Parts: sequence; structure tokens; C-alpha cells
Amino acid sequence: MTSTQMMTMAVDVRHLRLDLQGWPILRDVSFAVREGEYLAVVGPNGAGKTSLLRCINRVARGWRGAVNINGVSIAAFTQRELARHVAYVPQAGGRHSPFTVRETILMARYPHLTPFVSVNYRDLRFVEDALALTGTGSLADRAMHTLSGGERQKVMLAAALAQNARILLLDEPTTFLDPRHRDVFRRVLRTINREKGITVIEVTHDLNCAALDSHRILALRNGEIAFCGPPGQFMDNEVLSRLYERSFLFTEHPVTGQPMILPEEGDRI
Amino acid sequence: MKPLLLAGMIILTLVVLVVAPFVGMTSISPESVIAAGADDPESRIFWSLRVPRVMLGFLAGASMSLAGMVFQAMFRNPLATPFTLGVSSGAALGATLYIRLGLSFAVFGVSGVTLSAFAGALLAISVVYGLIRSRPGSSTGTMLLAGVAVNFTFSSFILMVHYTSDMANSFNILRWLMGRLDTVGPDEPLSLLPLMVFGGLAALALHRELNLMSVGEEIAVGRGVDVSRYRKVLFLAMSVMIGGVVAICGPIGFVGMMAPHICRLVIGPDHRWLGPMSLLFGGVFLVVCDALSRVLAAPAELPVGVITALLGGPFFLWLLTGRRGASVGAGT
Repeated sequence: MTSTQMMTMAVDVRHLRLDLQGWPILRDVSFAVREGEYLAVVGPNGAGKTSLLRCINRVARGWRGAVNINGVSIAAFTQRELARHVAYVPQAGGRHSPFTVRETILMARYPHLTPFVSVNYRDLRFVEDALALTGTGSLADRAMHTLSGGERQKVMLAAALAQNARILLLDEPTTFLDPRHRDVFRRVLRTINREKGITVIEVTHDLNCAALDSHRILALRNGEIAFCGPPGQFMDNEVLSRLYERSFLFTEHPVTGQPMILPEEGDRI
Repeated sequence: MKPLLLAGMIILTLVVLVVAPFVGMTSISPESVIAAGADDPESRIFWSLRVPRVMLGFLAGASMSLAGMVFQAMFRNPLATPFTLGVSSGAALGATLYIRLGLSFAVFGVSGVTLSAFAGALLAISVVYGLIRSRPGSSTGTMLLAGVAVNFTFSSFILMVHYTSDMANSFNILRWLMGRLDTVGPDEPLSLLPLMVFGGLAALALHRELNLMSVGEEIAVGRGVDVSRYRKVLFLAMSVMIGGVVAICGPIGFVGMMAPHICRLVIGPDHRWLGPMSLLFGGVFLVVCDALSRVLAAPAELPVGVITALLGGPFFLWLLTGRRGASVGAGT
């Protein structure tokens, strides 16, 4: 790690600790993410994954430790400045929004506007680009609360892209998506990560997709880091059974040859 | 489309503001106002009673409507209003105490009753705000319940203060609690104007923040809105405005709930347009209701609150059952 610590990290978390109403949620979490890296964050329910994201973009308050974005402590940013560096796709967001898809995405330009700078053609171009990249152009004039969960999730991604931040935080973005929507969503994420160099930190329960898409996997358990390393080392029965307290069956991906987790066999009927 | 709707609303506002002073128990002809001298009784009724009353009605309606819009956006709940959050009754308690104690003071030209009402409004909003702070993630439903509890508590206090008052004070308090817009001379509307401008500027200038807050706190913060700061700013600005209205006109609750909803159905949820629309419509709505209250049972006058509820309630139900009704629930 010493050589990587020399260069500036996109996200650098040091000794992060968070208590909520007296309960420790995160205890002494330290890790760093390179610019352009795709980090998947996994772990059992209640391990502190969502809280970790919420600390990085300061939705959660009252934590201790240090969080640096591009070498600068986030305490030094205003919320608006922070939003120019970090965009956030919350869990199943925008469900009750009365705004249209286009309005929703345009609202993501907020950190780039001031009371004296109103929306201009540049902002509108970001909106159209985000619509095109996520394939949501045909939904542009629909109201958010009329969309399906999968469509809405893609719009929330489009909005985060229009925010034009170099670091993207996602909280279980594909949990409620069908296989087609999920894979479209993953493809968009890979595209912006590989081609535009956007740093991605994605919380997910889909271990197979995490292993396929990410450069590195961070596993949390009881608010502590249980594993941090490349997907190849993570897809290991010893690592996984320690994390989830059960054993796993593996097979090989027919195309890439990577180990894949199989679901437990059901009872034959 | 939206600029046209707003332009139409501006024209309607001007028409109503010009016509309304002529309407009343004694109808006044335009010639007598323009031609006659200052001693003409019709002219005096017009300038010292009718015009101030219309101005007061417009400012009060506009303030309550804007405050309702802001609370609905911040709490993401269609039932959030100055009334349901206990802010109106907080202001009412402050004003009632002022009347009951027979106080009489003014600070920098702001009357004591306005300051007392403002303090009461701020107290009520602090209780609700304190709840948000102490229990992060508590649902908006919890906050509304807290508002209702605050409302009941303060209302009981008002009853207690009222009950222990002597006859003269009791009458003053009662008359004021029923809501009033009748005023003599320009003093009261003019004292309300700066408070309304202060609150109104905050509500209109923060339209982007209100948009994002109305979608959700997490999303708003993620987009760069300093939610806790703007929440404080808006709570303070709304308390000033509501305090001013309640101190003069009494707790007028209905406009703050209905007017923003009706505007949302007409012009959509974007606060850039919704703000000015709610301001104008709330003002016009109260002025029209007040004009009706002067003529419907002439020579008697109905309380304006009766008219607003009779007109607004069924109209709102009709909107809810219409084809766009679904967006009302989600519209906040």
C-alpha cells in the first residue's frame, strides 16, 4: 500500500467510526479508492454498507475519523462543492417524486448553478447526454412516480451522471431490477467506469455481478472490514463462509472462467 | 405554457385587486372615488376601509399560501401547513398572551403583538424541528403528529388564557381568534408588507432547494443542498411571515392548505413557477372570499373563514376526484 499512498486517492477513508443512537455502526474503517477504480462493497445486512456511503457524501453526520476526496478532507467542502465531486444514487430513490424525468435530471445540475447563474445550454446538454447514455430518452416527459422501479433506477443513474461528478456512489442500484434492466444498468456503469474513468463505489448483494464488474471488493461485517482485495481472492469458500456464516457452491463462468456462486439446491419436487 | 399561466394569474390578480374594493355592503361607483373630494363619505369608505382591507387580505392570503407550499415541500406531505404543524396556533398563543397580559410595546416599529406571535410561531416550529434533529430519519408522519400535538397543547393554552380573561379582553381575543380582515387605514397592511416580503423572497429565491427537498432529503443532500441550513432559514422566514399574519388577522388556516395544492395541479410541482403562482393565487383567493363575505349576507358580514372553507373544500374534493387527482398525493 505504501506506493499507492503516495499518489492522491479519489476517496481515502481513515479510521471512520459512526454511532447511531449509541450503537456502533462503523468501527474503525480504513480504505482508499484509486481514481477510475470500481469498488464493490458487500456484506451481510446491517454491516454498515449504506452508512459508509452516507458518510462519504455527508448525508450522515456525526462520524469520527477522516474522509478525503482527492486529497482534501470533506469537512473543507461545502455541500455544494462536495456534490461537484461526488454523486449519489440512493436505494430506490425518487419513488414519490412528482417531477418528470427530464426535470429530475436537470435538478441534478444544482451544484453547478448559483442564484445568479441559471440553467443554460450546457446544463441541458448534460441532461440529453445522460438520457442517451442510460437509454431513458423515451421516458423524458413521464412523471417519475408513473415509472417502474427499473426505469426509475435508470433515471436516478442518469441524474447522477448529469451531476457530472468524478466519483459515483451507488446503494444497491440493481436490487429491484429484472435481469434485462439489471444488465443494461451494469453495462452503463462499466462504460462510464472504463471509458470515462469515473470512480465507482457500489454497494451490492449480487456477489456474482460484483465479482464480474469490479476491480476490487470490500466486504464489511459488523461495521468492520472483513475483506478487501481483488474479486479472484474474494470468490473463495473460506472468505465467504466467514463473511456470511454459511458455505457456498462454486462453478466456473462459461465465458470468462471466473468462479461464480451457485444458489443452494432446492428440494426436488 | 407555464409563463402563459403565470401571466394569466398576474392579470387576474390585478383585476381582482382593482375590482374588489368597489364590492361591499354599499357599492361604490368608480366616478365617486375619482371625482369626489376627500370628505365624500363614499370616497372615505373606499380609501380608508376598503382598499386597506383588500391589501390586508391579499398579503395574508399570499403569506399563508406560500408558507403552506414551503411546508408541504419540506415535509413532503400534502397535509403539512402552518396550521397542522402547530405554527399558527403557536403564533396565536403568543398574540393571545400579549392581549391577555394587556401588554403594549413596540420594537423598531414592529408592534408587540406581531413580535409575540412571531415568538410563538418560532417556539412551535422549534419543537417540531427539535424532533427532526433528535430523531434523524423519523418519518414525516411523526413530524405531523408532533405538529398536531403542539397544535392541541397550544390551543388548550389559548382556551385557558381566554377563560381567565376579563370581559373586554375576552371579547378582543375571541373576535381575533375568529379571523378578521377588517382594518382602518393603511397601518396594518403596511406593517405586514415587510414581513411578507422577507418570507416571500426566501420562499421564491430558494425554489431549486425546495424542488430537491420535495423529492427527498437524501437526494437533496446528495445533489449538494445544505438541507439543515436551508431548513433553518425557511423555518425562520416562514415563522416571521406567519407571525405577522396571525398577529393581525388571527389564525387563518385554510388558505395555506388548499391554495398550494390547487396551484400545483394547474402549473406543476416546479417551485420556480409554483412559488409566484401560490403567492398570487393565495392572495386573490382570500380577497375574493372576503368580498363575497361582505355581499352574500349583506347588510351583515359573514366571517371570511366560513367562505374560504365553503368554496375551497368542495373545489379541492372535485380536483381530487378528477383525472389529475393522483398527482395530488404524490405531488408533495
